[in-house]
Amino acid sequence: MTSLGDPLRISLFITCYNDTLFPATGQAVVRVLERLGHTVDFPAGQTCCGQMHVNTGYWDEALPMIPRFVEQFRNSEAVVVPSSSCVAHMREHYPAMARQLEATGKYSGLAAEVEALLPRVYEFSELLTKRLGITDLGSIFPHRVTYHASCHGLRSLQLGDGPTSLLRSVNDIDLAPLPGLEQCCGFGGTFAIKNADVSSAMLDEKLDAVLSTKAEIVTACDNSCLMHINGGLHRRGCNVRTMHIAEILAGEEEAR
Amino acid sequence: MSGPLLDPRTAPSFPKAAHNLLRDAQLRKNVHHATSVIQNKRARVVAELGDWEQLRLAGERIREHTMTHLDAYLEQFEMNCTRAGGVVHWARDAEEARQIVVRLAKEAIAAEQRESPSPAEILKIKSMTTEEIGLNGALEAAGIRPYETDLAELIIQLGRDKPSHIVVPALHKNRQQIHEIFQREMHLPDLGHSPEDLAEAARLFLREKFLRVPTAVSGANFLIAETGGVCIVESEGNGRMCLTLPRTLITVAGIDKVIPRFRDLEVFLQLLPRSATGERMNPYNSIWTGVYENDGPRAFHVVLMDNARTSVLADREGRQTLNCIRCGACQNICPVYRETGGHAYGSVYAGPIGAILTPQLQQMQHARSLPYASSLCGACYEVCPVRINIPEILVHLRHKVVKHDTKGLGALRPEALAMKIMSHIFQSESRFRAAQRLARTADRPLARKDKSGESWIHWLPGMLGGWTQSRDLQALPSQTFREWWEKRDRAAQPKPTSAKGDQHAR
Repeated sequence: MTSLGDPLRISLFITCYNDTLFPATGQAVVRVLERLGHTVDFPAGQTCCGQMHVNTGYWDEALPMIPRFVEQFRNSEAVVVPSSSCVAHMREHYPAMARQLEATGKYSGLAAEVEALLPRVYEFSELLTKRLGITDLGSIFPHRVTYHASCHGLRSLQLGDGPTSLLRSVNDIDLAPLPGLEQCCGFGGTFAIKNADVSSAMLDEKLDAVLSTKAEIVTACDNSCLMHINGGLHRRGCNVRTMHIAEILAGEEEAR
Repeated sequence: MSGPLLDPRTAPSFPKAAHNLLRDAQLRKNVHHATSVIQNKRARVVAELGDWEQLRLAGERIREHTMTHLDAYLEQFEMNCTRAGGVVHWARDAEEARQIVVRLAKEAIAAEQRESPSPAEILKIKSMTTEEIGLNGALEAAGIRPYETDLAELIIQLGRDKPSHIVVPALHKNRQQIHEIFQREMHLPDLGHSPEDLAEAARLFLREKFLRVPTAVSGANFLIAETGGVCIVESEGNGRMCLTLPRTLITVAGIDKVIPRFRDLEVFLQLLPRSATGERMNPYNSIWTGVYENDGPRAFHVVLMDNARTSVLADREGRQTLNCIRCGACQNICPVYRETGGHAYGSVYAGPIGAILTPQLQQMQHARSLPYASSLCGACYEVCPVRINIPEILVHLRHKVVKHDTKGLGALRPEALAMKIMSHIFQSESRFRAAQRLARTADRPLARKDKSGESWIHWLPGMLGGWTQSRDLQALPSQTFREWWEKRDRAAQPKPTSAKGDQHAR
């Protein structure tokens, strides 16, 4: 294990859907960071980043999430978010949204606070590779795994080789490259419902690619893509399962 | 002779059109194959250039600069084009543009007919701008027969079809289908099936028109303000024929096509061919300035058309849409376009660029489904040669759609209500907790145990049913993360490494 600098106090922004649907991911994030000697806290007033609202066109309805986020995390040394699309949304939209709120006269100093806080907000794998300089966590995960590069992680956060380099360091892992890595799985938030037919066609291509790898597990830095892929795999009756990258990196024992 | 129009005012919504097109296995195969070929060629020739990103930046900056000073550059173009012997016409909208072109074409044909009896015909070079305004229909209504001379446009015209791609309009057709169209429409019962046979048939069919018809209509890739020149790039040579053989040439161009200087072509003639067709350079690059004695057309007209472009320019967020140089790279890379093809967009501008351009050129209610025809994957932004942030404009337009649709009683639409309620929930920790508990109770009756004993949902009601048409959904776990965290917190400081939650196996 290698860790840069002193132990940090890291605040977990779990995000609304991980909190509700994927608690195991949050537990794994806590386990990995504590194993590295850092302290994790969980500001209880946190809820949602507002991505779904903004991406569906409900910009105004997402505005209240910004002062709430700042209030919860303004004193954090670092904020970890196990969702690449939420981080992408925050980086791409929070500055403009904060400026808009401040222009109403009710949120003095909000834009500056957002600008100051955002550089301390990290997607989970990004925190490990870019902030903490981790190359090897000493994890064990004896399974055949393929990595899905979520669009937001790939293009917006430019995670590059970070997540796969972490996975490569895992002991006993059998990492299989996913063909068509740069192609979207077709989730796209409400796109999956509003354009269910096209979304399903895109998912079909992704599932074929996943099955061609003969992997037991598909992993990613974003549970929203994984929920989509997993839902399709289950509908097809396949035994391949999905797992957030944090859960693999937390692996010290036989995974289920 | 012209086929049905792609008209956003009458087209079905994107999801409906896509639903039908997705059943056309042949079309999907054709689109998939063609876009993959072009996409790979593009990637290869882009990778050759060490300064591709700098070129993109230069392209973006030139286009941004031009749009900021569009009025001045248009006047400069008008002045220099006029000085070189061209005649510049201004069209406020599609209707005005059609009227001007039809009038000019009629005058040119009448002048020809005074010299010798000839039918009322014109040649056309591929032009999405003339598709945008439905020019062929207007010409036909005026008794003038237009001949498309670009191979793909010829296939579309003879097949009474609609263009599905801005660079490769017949991309949705394969060779066999093209063979059938040529055989039927050109009356060639013995036509062979090889690409050479089909190209030769088109060549013979078109050459006779090139030599006979003395009037042509073109679009433009670039209008050069500094010189008053017009630039068209193409691959087949039909453009060169139409630009040099006729006695009258009428060019229709959106006002967004202007570039400041001749030397700016250095940037765009690298960006465009590599992005559009995966070629280092187009086989034919034509630049002409006004008219010349005994060389090329004797009369040259340019119709500069607004057709809502100035209203796009007035929108700070949407403005960069006008930077587009119509390369189609976003269409080839788009995972949505690749499934449906272009007709699903109900507009001559399909794919990601169509999803942002069409709603801005049209009144929003006619294209409100298009900004949603994207998973926001960002592949289009990545390949755009002038760095148009298409996903960001899609989000901006979605916001506009929502504002438009939730006026008055629209606020009671189920989606609008759900979004409002969720926003309210997210503004309070206790409301969020209550909603989490409620969701857990609500999904129980829908969940069924599978073979491995996990609870899954196979059917969801209402608009959520879109999910379960092809995907299952795992039932909510028995404990949220925050519940686990609080229990763990309350326990007397457990050793971090022994912290075990109730694993939610997936």
